[in-house]
Amino acid sequence: MSQKTTYIPEPELVQGNHTFGSITSLVGDIVETPAPRWWYIVFAISTLLLGLLLAMLVYLIWEGTGVWGLNNPVGWGWAIVNFVWWVGIGHAGTLISAILFLFRQGWRTAINRFAEAMTIFAVMCAGIFPAVHVGRIWVIYWVFPIPNQMQMWPNFNSPLLWDVFAVSTYFTVSLLFWYVGLIPDLATLRDRVKSALGKKLYGGFALGWTGGNRQWQHYEKAYLILAGLATPLVLSVHTIVSFDFAVSIIPGWHTTIFPPYFVAGAVFSGFAMVMTLMLITRKLYNLQDIMTVNHIEKMNIIILVTGNMVGFAYIMEFFIAWYGGFEYEKFAFVNRAFGPYAWAYWTMFLCNVITPQFFWFKKMRTSITASFILSIIVNIGMWFERFVITVTSLAQDYIPASWGYYSPTWVDVLTYVGTFGLFFSHFLLFLRFLPMVAMSEIKVVMPQADPHYYDEDGNEIKKIDTSSETK
Amino acid sequence: MSTIEQKTHGILAEFKNPGHLMKAAKLTNKAGYKKFDCHSPFPIHGMDDAMGLKPSKLGFIVMGHALIGFLGGLALQIWTSSIAYPINISGKPFVNLPAFIPVTFELTILLSAFGAVFGMFFLNNLPKLHNSLFNSERFKKATDDGFFVVIESDDALYDASKTRQFLESAGAVHIETIEK
Repeated sequence: MSQKTTYIPEPELVQGNHTFGSITSLVGDIVETPAPRWWYIVFAISTLLLGLLLAMLVYLIWEGTGVWGLNNPVGWGWAIVNFVWWVGIGHAGTLISAILFLFRQGWRTAINRFAEAMTIFAVMCAGIFPAVHVGRIWVIYWVFPIPNQMQMWPNFNSPLLWDVFAVSTYFTVSLLFWYVGLIPDLATLRDRVKSALGKKLYGGFALGWTGGNRQWQHYEKAYLILAGLATPLVLSVHTIVSFDFAVSIIPGWHTTIFPPYFVAGAVFSGFAMVMTLMLITRKLYNLQDIMTVNHIEKMNIIILVTGNMVGFAYIMEFFIAWYGGFEYEKFAFVNRAFGPYAWAYWTMFLCNVITPQFFWFKKMRTSITASFILSIIVNIGMWFERFVITVTSLAQDYIPASWGYYSPTWVDVLTYVGTFGLFFSHFLLFLRFLPMVAMSEIKVVMPQADPHYYDEDGNEIKKIDTSSETK
Repeated sequence: MSTIEQKTHGILAEFKNPGHLMKAAKLTNKAGYKKFDCHSPFPIHGMDDAMGLKPSKLGFIVMGHALIGFLGGLALQIWTSSIAYPINISGKPFVNLPAFIPVTFELTILLSAFGAVFGMFFLNNLPKLHNSLFNSERFKKATDDGFFVVIESDDALYDASKTRQFLESAGAVHIETIEK
């Protein structure tokens, strides 16, 4: 019996025979050359939407939360749905930058920079909603342990307060992590840009980085520690977000499956968002050599895995609702699937459980069109998931006499639309003025960066060329 | 002679690739130079050993910050809810430790992250916006695709011509003197 084994190497992470220098110009030139016309058009639209958001917030603060569609049983509506949705999207950035770093996944280097940028802007969008939801925004400082005129302190027993600490810590740490990663690349831009103002700004933010190994030594240690800190942090943030629901006694919210289920959902939707943004960006900026089809396939596998975790959680919730024998819980779930919000439930189910199943097929995983369409469907589905969780449980709880039905008002809708303006205006500024790919990190995953690529004397080890033998 | 030496920051030698730089780092370390550094656009695996650097002490700084965050977070919650203004919330104990876990955890992470980032700046002498190395036009490649060894004139073994010869023999493709 003979056995034939062949070694199939992983595809190169950077395609197209790049050198270190060509990577620098591929990424750096985007910042140094004038912005293309589409950039101005999209930026103008985004800024208009940002203006819309500001107008809606001013109107809301002026009039009060009555302009939203909230009613007596349903005290949490779109604002909370949007908050959870945006925070969840942010989680993929940290997963890519921290968890995949700890697992030594070299492919993360192509996408980590803009996934982290996405995290920061998504958390900014998310943070707006709970802040304005308090109604009296001018006393928002009460949520922080700051000595105030009433000599009172926040209630540390409340999950809503935990959320304040979780989200603000998450934002701060994500920003620091992102900035630390940017320092060597800012130094690259400092050494490349022609304009005096550019030199000053990039130079200032690069802090005088010289790329000496005595700096790299501490830098790499700091990066590793930050990754180690961000990993439990990102898991804790969505866990605490889920506590906002799970620590209450509302049927359909009061379940122990919430923390892992929320984290999986967050990663699921976040990866879909990274996919959507990446597919557009790589095309518009010609970064196909860095963000290859291999990257897309790997991300789709993560979408498939987390999508199935979410699907499992949906089914498990139903099972426990029946198995637990608690009448109200059982009703809450039957009501989700067949009650007044069945349309939202089945939209969610279709988008989140059925859609990712396409990624079992390699053809779909490596197809750019399929990835793009499915990633958008996943994000729609994940928005509906939060809607189903938040609204259905509140609208029909214990006493039928207090049941209600929630619909958003135009203010709800336009505020949500406006957050896209905030997100995309910031994201476009990032694409324009900062290196969207981590140059110093992508160089590390190129084969010629590895000292083992060279012999003892520092000369390149010539690869044995098998093709010439057959000639 | 001494006046000239004071004006010099050191000698900058460029190498062809990470392999050559690694070899040069080993030789420079072996030759007994202490005040030297290897500049590259990205961290090179194994360079710390080649240069003979001790492990980074950043971990201790972070540990200290983590402890401050943990103890400070606990102290804040215990003091505010049981001493400064105790409020009975549905009969729960004033010092309700399980409920204090999330905030304590977040503050530990927050302070540790501050320790990691600002500790790294501290150990790296950052921000330091001016550096004599920036006088060299060629050194701009260090953030792009250049690999450099710098031996500072403050080093005990430094000698303008001998150090130059040494770097040449280590395989440098370009050598220049950096002015202060």
